[in-house]
Amino acid sequence: MDRIVVGKSLVPEFPRGVKFRFNKAKEQWVLLAPERLLVPDEIAVEILKLCDGEKTVESIVSNLAERFNAPKEVIVTDVISMLQDLADKGFIKG
Amino acid sequence: MTQTLEAPLALLAELSHRCPLQCPYCSNPLELERSSGELDTANWLRILDEAAEMGMHQVHFSGGEPTVRKDLEDLIKHADEVGLYSNLITSGVLLDEDRLNGLADLGLEHVQISFQDTEKENADRIGGYKGGHEKKIEVAELVRKVGLPLTLNAVVHRQNIENVPDFLNLAVELDAERIEIAQVQYYGWALKNRAAFIPTYEQLKQTTKIVTEARERLKGVLVIDYVVPDYYAQRPKTCMGGWGRQFLNINPVGKVLPCHAAESIPGLNFDNVKDHSLSWIWENSEAFKKYRGTDWMPDPCKSCERAEIDWGGCRCQAYALTGDAANVDPACQLSPLHEQTFGLAMKEATEEAPEFIYRRIGSDEEQDSPVFAE
Repeated sequence: MDRIVVGKSLVPEFPRGVKFRFNKAKEQWVLLAPERLLVPDEIAVEILKLCDGEKTVESIVSNLAERFNAPKEVIVTDVISMLQDLADKGFIKG
Repeated sequence: MTQTLEAPLALLAELSHRCPLQCPYCSNPLELERSSGELDTANWLRILDEAAEMGMHQVHFSGGEPTVRKDLEDLIKHADEVGLYSNLITSGVLLDEDRLNGLADLGLEHVQISFQDTEKENADRIGGYKGGHEKKIEVAELVRKVGLPLTLNAVVHRQNIENVPDFLNLAVELDAERIEIAQVQYYGWALKNRAAFIPTYEQLKQTTKIVTEARERLKGVLVIDYVVPDYYAQRPKTCMGGWGRQFLNINPVGKVLPCHAAESIPGLNFDNVKDHSLSWIWENSEAFKKYRGTDWMPDPCKSCERAEIDWGGCRCQAYALTGDAANVDPACQLSPLHEQTFGLAMKEATEEAPEFIYRRIGSDEEQDSPVFAE
């Protein structure tokens, strides 16, 4: 396996063994991986909900820019850096 | 506790203490539970229901060797149905492709296989199981073949520590997602065999350097978790994320423990899932309440700025080394026994390694007394 480099054309998805789930009892979104658990913040949750293995990073950015009425140039940096960080930890694949 | 008690994050389900291997550092207690007392399927299914209702996220099926249980399939299926992320912690030696395929189909999310060394003769000698190493390699390949993510658990000590680079290579070759370079932690069987396992401080430093470099080199390829023997630490580890804060452990007969080694502390009363619900036990069990939070802490822990970071370190270790589980964990440099602990480790590490006392029912003949107890 080679390191994934996140760019605008990447189609991010969760590898097998990584689950993005809503925990009903705790009313909380969590990202579960082998013996690890992340509780993403609200912005991260919005990004992760769009990681469906179909949308590119670029279309995720457009979607967020439209819904949150924010400039794409700002959002793209945040989205790429967050996904790169998650990819390096094994939570995201391309 | 003045704060509200949150539900634990994960459940460690020790399905059985039976195991074909006899690793002398096994984390199970010296007094192993026999198969006749093991919880039945119905009880385990109910536990999984209750864990999910409490809001727990993950269940780790462990042992002993969890695959000795014929109902492992039912439990994994049910964990998936109730939304618990399931992890199988196994030696691997009893698995084959059909069973792995079946478990994957039923919703198993991840497999962790322990390795005793990278050299087969030494690995089999440590595990006390001939042919084990080759079988583990075969099963690790099958885990990837059926598409499950794999963690290698490399148990490291003075008798294999020079092979850490080979362990890392093995993990990459086997296409593992993750490796735990886990230096032996000294509880139960490992405490009994400590002199056979503890490395020198220099060996530890060299290994830390190798791991640090590998983490950079293998970023995005292999996740590397690293556990050090805390006899050489400056600050104690945040054991279990704090006593009774994030995890609970159910042993094969249904006793609910704050950690897998908690039974080594005398005088604690553990409740059983046959008598109470899991959430009742989490909230009310005396054993959990005893060292939960910061109220129980002695000084210097109580006034320490790290009190709510490391939660006082490890109670089992405090007991093992001082004879009182409420004492400061000697891994902490603020413990009066810190220097002595470091010295003890170095002395044992530089003497000739004694023979192993293998993990078997009945091989625990003599009772250990705490090392520094008066």
